[in-house]
Amino acid sequence: MTDLRLRPRDLPRPRDLPIVRPAGTMSDPGPRGKFGDHGGRYVPESLVAACQEVEDAFRDAWSDPGFRGSLATLLAVHAGRPTALTPAWRLSAELGITLLLKREDLAHTGSHKINNVLGQALLATRMGRTRLLAETGAGQHGVATATAAALLGLSATVFMGERDVERQALNVFRMRVLGAEVVPVGTGSRTLKDATSEAMRHWVTCVDDAYYCMGSVVGPHPYPWMVREFQRVIGEEARGQCATELRTGVPDYVVACVGGGSNAAGTFAGFADTAAQFVGVEAAGGAGATEGRTGVLHGFRSRFLQDDDGQITEAESIAAGLDYPGVGPEHAYLRDLGRARYVTVTDAEVVDAALRLARTEGILPALESAHAVAWVIRAAESGELPPGATVLLTLSGRGDKDTATLMELV
Amino acid sequence: MGLLEIHLRQRREAGRALLMPYLTGAITGDWVDYLRAFVDAGADAIEIGLPFSDPTLDGATIQEASHVALSRGASVRAILAGLSGLELGVPLVASTYQNLVLHDGPEAFCGALRTAGVDGLIVADLPLEEADEVEQAAADAGVDLALLASPATPPPRLAAIARRSRGFVYAVSLMGTTGERAALSASATTLAGQLCESTDRPVLLGFGISTPDQAAQAIRTADGVVVGAAIMRRILDGASPADVGAYLAAMRQALDQEREPAS
Ligand SMILES: Cc1ncc(COP(=O)(O)O)c(C=O)c1O
Repeated sequence: MTDLRLRPRDLPRPRDLPIVRPAGTMSDPGPRGKFGDHGGRYVPESLVAACQEVEDAFRDAWSDPGFRGSLATLLAVHAGRPTALTPAWRLSAELGITLLLKREDLAHTGSHKINNVLGQALLATRMGRTRLLAETGAGQHGVATATAAALLGLSATVFMGERDVERQALNVFRMRVLGAEVVPVGTGSRTLKDATSEAMRHWVTCVDDAYYCMGSVVGPHPYPWMVREFQRVIGEEARGQCATELRTGVPDYVVACVGGGSNAAGTFAGFADTAAQFVGVEAAGGAGATEGRTGVLHGFRSRFLQDDDGQITEAESIAAGLDYPGVGPEHAYLRDLGRARYVTVTDAEVVDAALRLARTEGILPALESAHAVAWVIRAAESGELPPGATVLLTLSGRGDKDTATLMELV
Repeated sequence: MGLLEIHLRQRREAGRALLMPYLTGAITGDWVDYLRAFVDAGADAIEIGLPFSDPTLDGATIQEASHVALSRGASVRAILAGLSGLELGVPLVASTYQNLVLHDGPEAFCGALRTAGVDGLIVADLPLEEADEVEQAAADAGVDLALLASPATPPPRLAAIARRSRGFVYAVSLMGTTGERAALSASATTLAGQLCESTDRPVLLGFGISTPDQAAQAIRTADGVVVGAAIMRRILDGASPADVGAYLAAMRQALDQEREPAS
């Protein structure tokens, strides 16, 4: 039987792919994977060699124009990049600002997660791995992983908290249709934190054939750095699009929601060398960067929500993708530096913002992404954003997966 | 050399196979009675788990034990207070995750271990590269920080781990989490053998050891064994200190027979 599947090495390579060598903040965190005091590789000894292998493979791949070309091709022909930059005309007029939306909701599978997953899945094939492991919260990373696995002929196992399996039933079904195995996790809070723990426990047992495909800028080195590099495409595209869209070229504010922080990190990275102010918006019930204290979980040092005894506490948000008690180490570092600030919005503000964006712009955002919208609305209405301010907002995903949640509320 | 390592070396030199049972601290109201039963059954050291909410290196049994202990209000402070002044006659080794070490800072944490009479420390998610700070704090407090080695650790790194480890080297028998297993894995023997060749520090083999036979088999290459999930499974199922003592005594006997088959 002929195998008609497109293999990465057969893909055409776009001619002009500059290899970006970023300097200063949001650059290579070095062999120890440190972002100031944060990051690192706090894993059991059994996983050290596996993490090192991923780092070596990524360093090699990321400096190989062939790998970058294959990835750029997949992002274009499969994921539909570049995504649009949409001026939010009516909402901008209501708020007295200029709001531009970077439309990751238009990327294939409905969120930015596909950018990272295509990169990691290509890396996995390059490493000779046949199986992808992943954790998922909202299910967007799980769906993206299942998609990339199908595309590249790999198998996929996705760990998901039982509570999320219930509230994101649509995505569970999508993953299964795509051929992935979904493993419900019944321990602890039965959400993303426990799904991640269980995925790491499983990884130890199969490091030789499985590749752990981490869904955000979290985990042991090199994941926070690698995932940010794979998401950098959001910021770089937006940088170019803002240059044509805005008279000033660069927006005054760059805003994104933060769960682990991958869509925010990828967006910020494109503007690291500008004067744009970075704002990361967390869920009031899952505000690792805003309210957490220094700790170590899931292989990295960062800020985590914890009680007085040092036990990790459970995040609680209407958006399953933001239900994580910590934040990626680079965000903890950007906060320490004062380069980015982190704010919170409540579930009620988020629902209002999602509906308002739907009715003013015809875009129903994911509840995660609606966090960023909610902050912009609040900040514009309170005068915190000066009139006429230019704001780039990464709309990380579309709201279809949240319709069941919304139906109960509106 | 720390007290823990001196003690373990003396017992090993006396021809004894080392037995280190594990207990999740504050697992029951009478948890200290289990420690006394461990000593009566012939333990050479005792590992005390300081439970963490997210034990990523533990399988279902110790996850459940941690959860039960935490629901009962267990904390590092309360467990260490329970250990203070116990005079068990064998060294205690605390085992936990890095988040709890960082919580009050490694210095305060290791100082609190010392005050409670704990001689050793195991941190499941603290590999060599990240160990400096805790290593220093432990040394300053006179606590032996024991490092873990795994079947995936390449030989040059095994040597570095053995060199920097204090007290003993913890050989993780298999690629997986803690939990009972039907048989001792082949990787266990290989790893223990490699370690014993590269160091004269005591090598304790742990993860999955559940029966007297497995323990006896393990000490053909290792200096001793750690028994954790098999004990916690019994306690979660309602075993009393005397029940667990009887289980460990059988293991002790198998170890002694393996070392001195003639008698
Ligand atoms: C649409 C959407 N946005 C944001 C997130 C949060 O992830 P991150 O903070 O890594 O961008 C998720 C996670 O599931 C998501 O599905």
